[in-house]
Amino acid sequence: MLKVEIYRYNPDTDKAPYMKTYEFDTQGKDLMVLDVLEQLKAQDESLAYRRSCREGVCGSDGMNINGKNGLACIKPLSECVKNNKLILRPLPGLPVIRDLVVDMTQFYDQYKKIEPYLQNDTPAPAIERLQSPEDREKLDGLYECILCACCSTACPSFWWNPDKFIGPAGLLQAYRFLADSRDLATEKRLSNLDDPFSVFRCHGIQACVAVCPKGLNPTRAIGHIRNMLLQSAT
Amino acid sequence: MVTSITSFGRSGLYDWLIQRVGAAVMAAYTIFITIYLMTNPELTFEQWHALFGQLWMRVFSLVTLLSFISHAWIGLWAVLTDYLTVRLMGNKATILRIFAQMMLGGVAITYLVWGIEIIWGFN
Repeated sequence: MLKVEIYRYNPDTDKAPYMKTYEFDTQGKDLMVLDVLEQLKAQDESLAYRRSCREGVCGSDGMNINGKNGLACIKPLSECVKNNKLILRPLPGLPVIRDLVVDMTQFYDQYKKIEPYLQNDTPAPAIERLQSPEDREKLDGLYECILCACCSTACPSFWWNPDKFIGPAGLLQAYRFLADSRDLATEKRLSNLDDPFSVFRCHGIQACVAVCPKGLNPTRAIGHIRNMLLQSAT
Repeated sequence: MVTSITSFGRSGLYDWLIQRVGAAVMAAYTIFITIYLMTNPELTFEQWHALFGQLWMRVFSLVTLLSFISHAWIGLWAVLTDYLTVRLMGNKATILRIFAQMMLGGVAITYLVWGIEIIWGFN
């Protein structure tokens, strides 16, 4: 029997968070963590977590799985269970609403700051703004982010300054628009980032890279932003 | 854009560049001193005195000292603004952080003046 420990907290009834242990029979199958949660919820309806697509696209079920952030729906037990134990906690650093559900407001506020939309005031062409295949290629490794928050909530700089540091997810998206040949707001975007917190709180420890369920590299994108800031200011 | 008046140069890019250039200078100085000591195993006081008597060595040492002070200032400012924050400690954090920065600034200036005196103050 697999031992599953889950962080439980209901602010209406609990004075403090606690870990609840469940016994779970995998029947020898290598299930995904979300499958385990679904079956446990069938037994204990009070258990709360977010989920939607169950295939690693919507980014709803980001959580801390045996100490490492990841998406429950695409994390097989064989990759995370140690000593027959599965420990599930909410994403670190964000306020807990209930059980594994966190308040993502701080995360979205930082995302909003980088103005995550194409800015181009020139008259729109009849069909669409075209891009060369080479320019389009520059967006690979950037546009795939699903905003699950696994990276930002694995980042100590984001834990300490979630109101000031944009965080790896936001900065990956900031570079996605800085790198877009169709976007004309480069100077404005860069000047909004040149303070001691927004970008430069990244110390390059790459915790974000280690946990990204989509295999993206926010640290590299942050390095590109630094280089762009350096080139525009020197 | 986050406003901050207590960082070294008020610009994230400026602080970052100063710290990186300073790190390169300190690395070069460390490598130079290590090689010098290794290639002079029988080092005498006169040799050491003569080395620091040369203008280029005094400038190199002073630039390293300035790099060290600025590097420490920027790094410790980052540590203080991680842990002594209003978000974590309430309003007292601001006073505590400014006090801690003044203390660190005092130590940094003392080391700087002392270092200059050592490098330039002997014949």
